[in-house]
Amino acid sequence: MEDFEPTIIAFVCNWCTYTAADLAGTSRQSYPTNVRLIRVMCTGMVDPKYIIKAFLEGADAVLVSGCHPGDCHYINGNYKARRRMKLLKAILPQYGFDEKRLKLTWIGASDGIQFARTIRDMVSEIKELGPNEAKHAAVV
Amino acid sequence: MAKTSLCDAADQNLQTSLASFFRSMLGQDEISAIMAPMRLPAGDMVMQTLVTNPEQVDQIDPFAPAFPMNAARLVSRLTKRPAGGKVVVVLRPCEIRAHIELVKLKQGSMEDIVIAGIDCAGSFKNTDYKKFAEKDPETSTARFLKGVLSGETRFDGEVDLSAACRACTHMVPNGADLAIGIFGMDIDRQFLVSAETEKGEALFDKLGLKEQDAPGKREETIESLVAVREKFKNEMFEDTRSKTDTPEKLAAYLSGCINCYNCRVACPVCYCRECVFVTDVFDHDPYQYLRWARRKGKIRMPTDTVFYHITRMAHMSLACVGCGQCSNACPNDIPLVELFTATASQTQAAFEYEPGRSLEEEPPLAVFKEDEFAEVVEVKH
Repeated sequence: MEDFEPTIIAFVCNWCTYTAADLAGTSRQSYPTNVRLIRVMCTGMVDPKYIIKAFLEGADAVLVSGCHPGDCHYINGNYKARRRMKLLKAILPQYGFDEKRLKLTWIGASDGIQFARTIRDMVSEIKELGPNEAKHAAVV
Repeated sequence: MAKTSLCDAADQNLQTSLASFFRSMLGQDEISAIMAPMRLPAGDMVMQTLVTNPEQVDQIDPFAPAFPMNAARLVSRLTKRPAGGKVVVVLRPCEIRAHIELVKLKQGSMEDIVIAGIDCAGSFKNTDYKKFAEKDPETSTARFLKGVLSGETRFDGEVDLSAACRACTHMVPNGADLAIGIFGMDIDRQFLVSAETEKGEALFDKLGLKEQDAPGKREETIESLVAVREKFKNEMFEDTRSKTDTPEKLAAYLSGCINCYNCRVACPVCYCRECVFVTDVFDHDPYQYLRWARRKGKIRMPTDTVFYHITRMAHMSLACVGCGQCSNACPNDIPLVELFTATASQTQAAFEYEPGRSLEEEPPLAVFKEDEFAEVVEVKH
């Protein structure tokens, strides 16, 4: 798996993690290009089917990242995201999607350094785990 | 302690005695109608029927092993707005549990109904029921009960109880106002009626039922039936999991799916008026299919099949009562209830939620706490 470059889909909230990603850029923090950021207004709007679709289309990992508990711009969207994550972590591993491929983090707007670090760590962890099996299977 | 009474079976015929029981219910001023499974004129089909005329209750046959649909969907139709009268609804335990879920999802109410729940011995798949009943429609229910109460699951050497029923451990009607019991009873002689709620007790008293204790062997009978089914369920889960534990195996398991969505239509708790899978979101443009096929070399048509099923797991597995109507509705005999209940057992365990257990427990995705499920959040540095 030397040259395996994972694809990571990251749903990041507009108010915290996306801003942190922006800050990482303006502060010249570097992080791997394996991640595709999808900006959403709130992690509370990430329907489980977005995540399921990402995995079925061959994403090697999915990151959902938003504001710390208590900091949600919409008061409680991140708490709802956490429940959905709990649900998906009960479903997806049953069908062979390793739980490690699905992550939820809280990264605040001022945490540019942490954002870059999170992505670096995630990429190296997924590289070790290898590709998502669904990538090449005809499962749509 | 619930009030119980033993109703005598006249002429050793459960159906006639049930009919007179229901007739006496319709004789009460406050009861406008009964909705119960009723044998239709053709004889070999049983369907929920709304009856107001006490003279037309004779064909009510709640224990027939026919389960053409989960009646919770009908109860929701009857209760989503005031009906202007009280209806006694005769339901199987899984129908009661599904209705409780629907009430919590604001799709119906408990207000104008009295639930008469039955001890459920199980049912056949639709096609199997027809095979079983057409031999002798009149005696088919009695024949079925005799067999199933003595532990049989296969009849006439060819039809089996449905997988959902064989794996069901909720055989007594929790959540009913009045419960009609047959387990541990000598059903040629009597059946049990017990008042489980205040509403049930009020009707119990009005019907002038005599208080008598349930036979002692009832609990024991139920326990031993549950133990057999528990074992079947665990084996079924294990078998299903071994067939679906990778994305490829899951796709193979669902390979017969033609995206008809019958399983969703038949599902009592899938309540969206318009499912996202039939909206424009999935009305793909022709060029998209070609693009996907080019990228992967080939794509299965119709597309979005596994996607649809996993999404249903995410949307509805927490409310899944395991009634098996998904399997019943599948034109290609995909063992859906096996898959759905195996997955649901994990999601329900994750939230310590049991659908239909109580009206007070909120559906897990409708609520949250500030401090919970820390294990799903990655915290670093």
